[in-house]
This record gives sequence, structure tokens and C-alpha cells, in this order.
Amino acid sequence: MKRVLIVVAVLFAAAGMLFAGGSTEKASGPAMAAAKPFKIAVVMPSATTDAAFSQSMWSALQSIQKEMGGESKLELKYSENMYNVPDAAAAIRDYASQGFNIVIAHGSQYGSSVQEIAKDFPEVTFAWGTDVNTFGMPNVYAYTAAAEQGGYVNGVLAAKLSKSKKVGVTGPVEVGDAKTYIDGFVQGVQATDKSIAISKTWTGSFSDVALMAAAAKTQIANGADILTGSSQSVVGSIGAAKDNGSVLWFGTQADQASLAPALVVASQVYDWTAMLKDIIAKHKAGTLGGITYTLTLANGGLKIAYNPGYKLAADVKAAGDAAIKGITDGSIKVNP
Amino acid sequence: MSGIFSIAVVTGILNTMMGLATPFLYAALGETFAQKSGVVNLGVDGIMLISAYAAFYVALISGNLWLGVLAAAIVGLGMGLIMSFVSVTLKAEQGVSGIGLYMFGLGMSSLLFKVTIGTVKTVVGFPQVKVPLLGDIPVIGPIFFRDSLPVYGAFLLVPIAWWVLERTTLGLKIKAVGQNPAAADSVGISVDGIRYFSVCLGAILAGLAGASLSISQLNLFQDNLTAGQGFIAVALVYFGGWSPFGVLAGALLFSVVNSFQLWMQVLGAKIPSSVAVMLPYLLTIAALTVTVNRVRQPAALNKPFERGES
Repeated sequence: MKRVLIVVAVLFAAAGMLFAGGSTEKASGPAMAAAKPFKIAVVMPSATTDAAFSQSMWSALQSIQKEMGGESKLELKYSENMYNVPDAAAAIRDYASQGFNIVIAHGSQYGSSVQEIAKDFPEVTFAWGTDVNTFGMPNVYAYTAAAEQGGYVNGVLAAKLSKSKKVGVTGPVEVGDAKTYIDGFVQGVQATDKSIAISKTWTGSFSDVALMAAAAKTQIANGADILTGSSQSVVGSIGAAKDNGSVLWFGTQADQASLAPALVVASQVYDWTAMLKDIIAKHKAGTLGGITYTLTLANGGLKIAYNPGYKLAADVKAAGDAAIKGITDGSIKVNP
Repeated sequence: MSGIFSIAVVTGILNTMMGLATPFLYAALGETFAQKSGVVNLGVDGIMLISAYAAFYVALISGNLWLGVLAAAIVGLGMGLIMSFVSVTLKAEQGVSGIGLYMFGLGMSSLLFKVTIGTVKTVVGFPQVKVPLLGDIPVIGPIFFRDSLPVYGAFLLVPIAWWVLERTTLGLKIKAVGQNPAAADSVGISVDGIRYFSVCLGAILAGLAGASLSISQLNLFQDNLTAGQGFIAVALVYFGGWSPFGVLAGALLFSVVNSFQLWMQVLGAKIPSSVAVMLPYLLTIAALTVTVNRVRQPAALNKPFERGES
């Protein structure tokens, strides 16, 4: 009897393991129609609901699916919460061997995995970001976002809106687009008002929401009346701003207005759709890789989404629009 | 760096410390009970996660925070029963089953969150409550007596836990079962019963820790909200020498250093952020090497009890 119970318990634990380490979703659709659907898979380090990095890619893919005519024309599969790189590598290899046309490795930590796996699947396109390195391989695309551009615009707006002349930044780890966004933000603030004090806090984690919230509260306690930051853990900072009630937030990676409708001024939105459409078109035409894409304000990959729920003074918005125009036409140079 | 030790900054650091320490206190005090009776429960983080989700979801749909707390306690109890069943009745290896429980809690909370809520939402959590009279004392008042109810609860739990363990028969039984289960069994104490109780109590408190995160400190739920805090809570039990006041000391040390490094970054201290983030862990390890006393580990910790085996 005890043995049976132990077997049951082990099966139970094994079933529990199935849920761990992230989930995969199959886009369920009608049975194969006349043409085989185009198949794209994406591997992401956080959840599709993270209101930041992963969500921006997933919602872009979904909008393209809708445009293309639904699941029968474009089949999508994703693996989320793949923060464990070996797990992600296994997922990438899995998708490639299942006949997916494009496999997107949405995380800069997946680089070496892509480099290794792409060799074995020459007919599959691998898209990898955020980074600029295609490893000289004919079936690898790389993509990145010039996050410092939107950061600059946010910085200009923040400098004009800050009453306490103290601005707080809550960042995760000082790498990648988190770093470039914040560097751009600092440049934007300093170009607009040199008297503003900028405090930066790095929590050392992309996912520790509690620490991010504590960092934001510390910034607020120190007198900051504007906050910004990056990564999926910024929901903690936004929550802290909400608790305070009057601290304003500038977002990046996705439109974060819904998280604090009265306090989010603007967000830099990563719009991957144009890039994805180009990759799909190129793959169909036979070019499987070799190009690096960069999202910029100029090419529409980066957008500044003003929050309609926040009443932005006309002269401040004009300053923001002027910054966008300046970056787009090259008169303002932002260093990443 | 000037002004780093001004009253305003010190007050700020200590006040932040109170909030940071709260989930550690609930979870670590609960784990103390479990470990005092001889069971290591490494699934604390998973219990915190799924209870945080339960508390958040119930609070979101009902608008009632106390219902959320109740939901967290019930879900915690459920997870505790699973752990007790696996460790005490089935006598499985406790460390491994604890990790399995953690993964279950992590995966289940993510799945339920995605299916029932989908995007990050916020609730209005427990508000700050000022203790009358005490809250007005200059300096001390703003630090210790202007927090939310879950924070007060966590700190009040410390002397209560100590009192239960040191001054009641129940506490005596728990310790006996953890030190020498064969002897306890021979005088009629139900070893399995006591262990079930301690593990479930520990799990309920871990559930409250999760609730303190999702409906008090952060007021939201997201995938992997705890980011490993449950494991730190388990470590704090060892650090605190399996005593509630030791756990308090550990939780405060860890939290105050964490709070300190955040303030240092805000004030622009020229320390690389990676070093600042390491500080709480470094200091805790340093303190461990100086103070931990291995003799105090419950002798039967991590050993399933079988009547008749010596």
C-alpha cells in the first residue's frame, strides 16, 4: 500500500514538474486547410504578460497573425519564462526540428545557443535579440532597439514636469536595453534642465518585483517626484508610484499606461511588427538571415505613446515632440 | 555622500527595513515551527507564490482584503497538508519533495494567473495605519509605528512564536519530536500528528507571507513574485539558530542592509551597483560564520520517523 502511495506521489510530483520552468502553448486552430500555414515560434525569458520585454514581442506577433488571416495562415507557438538558458536552448532546437519557418530567440542571453543550433538547421530562420551580432551566419537575423532614443524623449518630458527637481531611476541590471534606455533618459534630462538631480538604483535582478518596489519607495522618500525604469519588475515601481499618488512614471518596452492610468505620462513602445513582417517576407523570398535590425524613432519601430489619461500641458508635449523630431532627423544625437 | 547619516535618511532606511522584513518574518517563523519538529520544508517559496496569487485574486474579485488573507491561509494549509503527507506519512526525502512543492507552487501560480487574470493588475492593499500615541514619538514613531497591519502582525508574531515554543506544552512537544522522536513517541506524543501540525502551521504562515507581498507590500501579482524570498526565509531559520528571536535578528539584518544599499544608490554613493546588491548576502554570510551554533539544530531534522527504528 505504501509503495502504491509513493508511486502516486511521484507521479503527482512529476505532473507538477510539467508546469515548472515555463509553459508552452499550442495555437489551436482548425485542421489544415489547403495551404500549410507559416510557422513562427518564439522563446522568451519572462511571461507574455510581463507588461514589458516579452509582451512587446508577443503582441506584435499576434497582431501580425490577425493581419495575415488568423491561425490557419500563421501558426504561432511560444515558450515563456525561459530564464534558464539550457532550457531555452532545448526549446529553440525543438521548434527548429518541428519544422518551424522562423524561430525567435527573444533574449540576449540566448546568443550562444542560437549560434550553435542555427548550424544544424540551415533551412530555418533564427531571429535573435536584443543584440547586433548575426555571427556571420546566413540564417540568423539579429535585432535590437535604440532604447536610448525614447529614453531621451522621456527625459526631456520628465525634466519639464519635475517640481521637486529630483528624478529617480529604478533599473534592473546595468546591461542591454535597460542601460541604453536609462543613459538616454539621463541625457534627455540634462539637456533640458541641468539643475535636476538624477538618482539611479540598480536592483541586480530583472524579476525581483519586491526589491524594485523598495527601490522606488526609497527614491520617493528621498524626494523624487518622477520615476522611470526598465524590465518586467518595474510593475513594482509603478505600484509604489501609485501608492504615493502623485509620483509620475515614464515607461519603456511596452505601453504601461494601464498600470497606473493617472500617473503614467508616456511610454516608449517597442513595435516589432514592421521588422517581423520584413523578416517573414525575406524568408519567403529566400533570404534566411544576415541582417541586423534596429528599432528607431525614425523607422517607426520605437513609438512614444502619450497616455491620454494624463493631462499633459501643451508646451511640455511640444518639447517632447520636438525631441522626437530632432532625433528622427538627426539633429539631436543620443549616445547609447 | 554628505547627509548619509542624517536623521531623515536613517529613518528612511529603518522604515524601508520594516516592510522588507515582513514576508521573511512570516515565512521564517513558520519554517522554524516545521524544522523544530524535524521537517525541512524547502517548498516555502512555492507556498508563498500560490498563496500570494490566491490572496490577490480573491481581493481583486471581492474587494475584501481580509477574505484575501483567509484565502492565502487556506491555500497555505492545503500546500502544508501535501508536504506533511509526503514527508511524514510517505516518509519521502524532505529536501527533494520540498523543491518539488516549490516548482508546483511556482508553475501553478503562473498558470492560474495567466488563465484567470492575464495582465498585471493592482489592488488597493492594506493601508498604512498609525499606532495612536506611539506613532507620534519623534524619530521612533515614523520608523516603527506607521506601517500596515501585516507588518505589525509579523513583528508581533515573534514574541508569540517564542512564547508558544518555550512556554507551552505544545511547544515542548514540538521540540521533543524534533530532538528525540523515539522518546517522544514512547511517552505517548503523536510524532506524526505534531509534525503534521508544525508543517501545516509553517505553511499557513508562509501563505500569510505571500499575502503580505501581494496585498500589502506590492499590491499586485506577477509571475514569480517572490523571486526566491522563500529560500532566504529558510536560510534565516538556520541563521537564527531555530529560535524566533534569532530569526528576527536575521530578518532585520538582511533587510536593513538591503534597505541601506538601496538608499546608498539613491543618494549617489560611488559604489558599483553590483557590489551594493551583494551586500545583504555578504553580511549575512559573514554573520553566519561568527554566530551560528550547529549544536542547536534539532537532532531529528530531516529524518523521517519510523516507530521501531532506533
